[in-house]
Amino acid sequence: MDNTNLIYPEIFISLSIMFLLILGIFKKKNFNFVYNLSIISLVGTVILIFNHPIETEMSLFNKSYIIDYLSSFMKILTILSGIFVLIISSKYLKLCKIFQIEYPVLILSSILGMMVMISSNDLIVFYIGLELQSLALYVLASFNRDQLKSTEAGLKYFVLSALSSGVLLYGCSLIYGFSGSTNFIIISNAINSSQYGLTFGIVFILVGLAFKISAVPFHMWAPDVYEGSPTTVTMFFAIVPKIAALTVFIRFLYVPFINTIDQWQMIIVFLSIASMIFGSVAAIGQTNLKRLIAYSSISHMGYTLAGLSTGTNEGIQSSIFYISIYLLMNLGLFSCLLMLKRNNQYYESVEDLSGLSKNHPILSLSLLAILFSLAGIPPLAGFFAKFYVFKAAVEQSMYFLAIVGLLSTVIAAFYYLRIIKIIYFDPEKEKYDTDNNIGLKISLTFSTLLILLYFISPSRLVEIISKINII
Amino acid sequence: MNFPILSSLILLPIIGALFLLFSKDSILKNYQTSKYVALFTSFANFIIAIYLWFLFDSSTSDFQFIEDKEWLKGFVNYKIGIDGISILFIILTTFITPLCIISVNNTIKKKLKDFLIAILIMEGLMIGVFCSLDLVIFYLFFEGGLIPMFLIIGIWGGERRVYSAFKFFLYTLLGSVLMLIAIISIYWISGTTDVIQLYELRIDTKYQNLLWLAFFSSFAVKTPMWPFHTWLPDAHVEAPTAGSVLLAAILLKMAGYGFIRFSLGLFPIASELFTPLVYGLSLIAIIYTSLVALMQEDMKKLIAYSSVAHMGFITLGIFTVTQQGIEGSIIQMISHGLVSAALFLCVGVIYERMHSRLINTYGGLVSVMPKYSVLFMIFTLAALGLPGTSGFVGEFLILMGTFQDNFFVVTVASLGVILAAAYMLWLYRRIFFGKLINQKLLKIPDLNNSEIIILWSLSLPILFFGFYPEVLINTIEVSVKDLIEMYNYNLNMNILEIKNNG
Repeated sequence: MDNTNLIYPEIFISLSIMFLLILGIFKKKNFNFVYNLSIISLVGTVILIFNHPIETEMSLFNKSYIIDYLSSFMKILTILSGIFVLIISSKYLKLCKIFQIEYPVLILSSILGMMVMISSNDLIVFYIGLELQSLALYVLASFNRDQLKSTEAGLKYFVLSALSSGVLLYGCSLIYGFSGSTNFIIISNAINSSQYGLTFGIVFILVGLAFKISAVPFHMWAPDVYEGSPTTVTMFFAIVPKIAALTVFIRFLYVPFINTIDQWQMIIVFLSIASMIFGSVAAIGQTNLKRLIAYSSISHMGYTLAGLSTGTNEGIQSSIFYISIYLLMNLGLFSCLLMLKRNNQYYESVEDLSGLSKNHPILSLSLLAILFSLAGIPPLAGFFAKFYVFKAAVEQSMYFLAIVGLLSTVIAAFYYLRIIKIIYFDPEKEKYDTDNNIGLKISLTFSTLLILLYFISPSRLVEIISKINII
Repeated sequence: MNFPILSSLILLPIIGALFLLFSKDSILKNYQTSKYVALFTSFANFIIAIYLWFLFDSSTSDFQFIEDKEWLKGFVNYKIGIDGISILFIILTTFITPLCIISVNNTIKKKLKDFLIAILIMEGLMIGVFCSLDLVIFYLFFEGGLIPMFLIIGIWGGERRVYSAFKFFLYTLLGSVLMLIAIISIYWISGTTDVIQLYELRIDTKYQNLLWLAFFSSFAVKTPMWPFHTWLPDAHVEAPTAGSVLLAAILLKMAGYGFIRFSLGLFPIASELFTPLVYGLSLIAIIYTSLVALMQEDMKKLIAYSSVAHMGFITLGIFTVTQQGIEGSIIQMISHGLVSAALFLCVGVIYERMHSRLINTYGGLVSVMPKYSVLFMIFTLAALGLPGTSGFVGEFLILMGTFQDNFFVVTVASLGVILAAAYMLWLYRRIFFGKLINQKLLKIPDLNNSEIIILWSLSLPILFFGFYPEVLINTIEVSVKDLIEMYNYNLNMNILEIKNNG
């Protein structure tokens, strides 16, 4: 075991989870301290990732655990979003009276699960990571346990997720049965496309993964769970598990099964088109902002999958690029959502935004930028994300996918415009509280500025991502 | 490295907008201060544009003042530059914007500062459209303009503003996304999106037709050509005066410019193939929308429909691909920019006083507002293309160019000139002559100083270019000539290519 230093981040985060749990029991009066410590330990984890040269490519534990540029990048993305979730949650949790020590610990363990998922190069390791993150997420969804909706969300997520995990596990066993191994590299050597069992295995695993990123037709849980969970947990749901699941998607499809691309490409294209269209159309009628975000994230996952379906390095890079920008936009959107607070009560209906521009000009300006960016209007960051995805699609002559995708952005533009209309054109309502904590303000300013000014130097992020080469 | 004069033209209004955005309300307590800031920025921009015209060398068709910076690495460069065709549009943009800002007197009651910010950002983006030499940069500016215009119509518009704003936004977006796919495809086919390089490389003939249609979908909506024009009357009627002016004077010209620069320049063989389609749609636009304009009760709607008819002439002239036709189209675009801006401002003048745009509210205004009637007469005559106004020069050249190409088309198109005279003069008669029945009209004052300044400064160039169009023609002549030469050369090469491939 000479390469243990490569998994220092995972070791560190596991140790800090245990430490924080114990500390939490002794420091019952002073949760704030423990809470802040959890943020610091996440920062420490990020630093530890840089402990080894970021471009090393190494595998551990009989090649079942892989550290490469892709995994490091995705881990950093995951942890950064985890940090932002923790930073903006504290006030919300206190006001909802659920400021408990379990919250940061659960988030940390879920992140640990995702890190394992991201690095996995073996079906079993992947499954362990998936279950660890899911278990933490079940509890997080029902964290506001005195509220009916929250418990309902947790239960729903648990039942459906368990079902999908079962399907996924069945797929794993099929693949093991037909290829004789669970390791991605060995599978890729043993592969023989005439074996139908393998194809079934791929399909089952894809179903399980599609459930995790809520792609149509496996999206049914998303609106209810998003609506019922506490808002900060919704934010976590909307961003973080998707990064991890996308990484597994990439590794699973492009390492063992790249040669059987003709068998899975159509499935991904279908998932992508269905998600883009359904997400856009279904969001039009929503009145609850969290449900609306759920549908909008479904359609955004469609665009991410569109990049993935191309079967090229450019496609993968465009997907990763898309999800990074998506993360940024959702960070801003949820920060805005958490600012809609009046007399210690949070508002989350679309109508509550009515006339926001009168009383809160800066907040509405940020929302304006974020929403237009989500709709993909240039010169905002969201445009570049879509641009790269469709560029990758056109390069593979997938014109149908590109045209359907861009037409669905027009449909999606309608409901984003509707929110903007409500903010800017409709009569005003009462003022909201302005005593937001500094973390919330920082994350909103940070994301808005990046979205607005992204066009000044758009190749910076692309350069970082273009080092990811899987094939 | 020379001073980046084009970038500063784009950036100056945006910097002005940022200044307004971050200035505290207390400093701008005097409502007028923010207006002066905006006016100063846009006027400075106009001066720079005029200076640019002086520096401009009209004896060559090469792109000048080129700025080329790496932007998306190895893929898209930030490349801007101008030739004889674009410089006129830049001057038009910088000329109209300060007038718009002056006209914002009492019409905008709420959030004046935000309105000015939107207008300034709009100006920057529109200048960007006219000088971008890369398809992706062009698309960026072209689409970016949707955001401020959506807000201008939606926040400061009339009763049905929400409907109109949505229609405007979604219509244009739908047209444009197809163009985006075409742009990406061009990159995939030719390996670059740099317009100058693409002119030389020529785009493979087998893709041209589809790409042309994709670009057409965007430009046809923006022009607007019949049958894609229905967003325009709605948008115009509901937009505040300044918004209508920007929309008619400059936004519509982006499509005409796009037709010349991209449709003709990049896809000669497809342009040749689709010319009958464009002719047909243009003729329908000219005749049909003129007839529709005759029946309008609402002044703004009438002028909006007349815009569609005028744009029909412009597309007709462009696709004749003759020296006169294209020159005529460009001059007609400039002239229409001035005239339609003036007419919308004129409607704004009486709307402000009477709060009605219906024609039958008025009648006999000539005795109440003599100065106003004189100016309105000039603009009416320019709109119907009377010799001595810039409208005549443009229309005449277009018809002359079309005559060389197709006799039947020119006969039908000439009918449009008569119809234009009919609806414009009838409008004038109903508003200014006849008995003064509405007693409220007696109380309204004639033009105030700022209105006089705006309207006279619009009417002078209209008359000047009507008598002496040499200034404009000199600027565009060489560029247009070389464009046509390149078009014919590329066309022949493409035809050869097809023959060789059987």
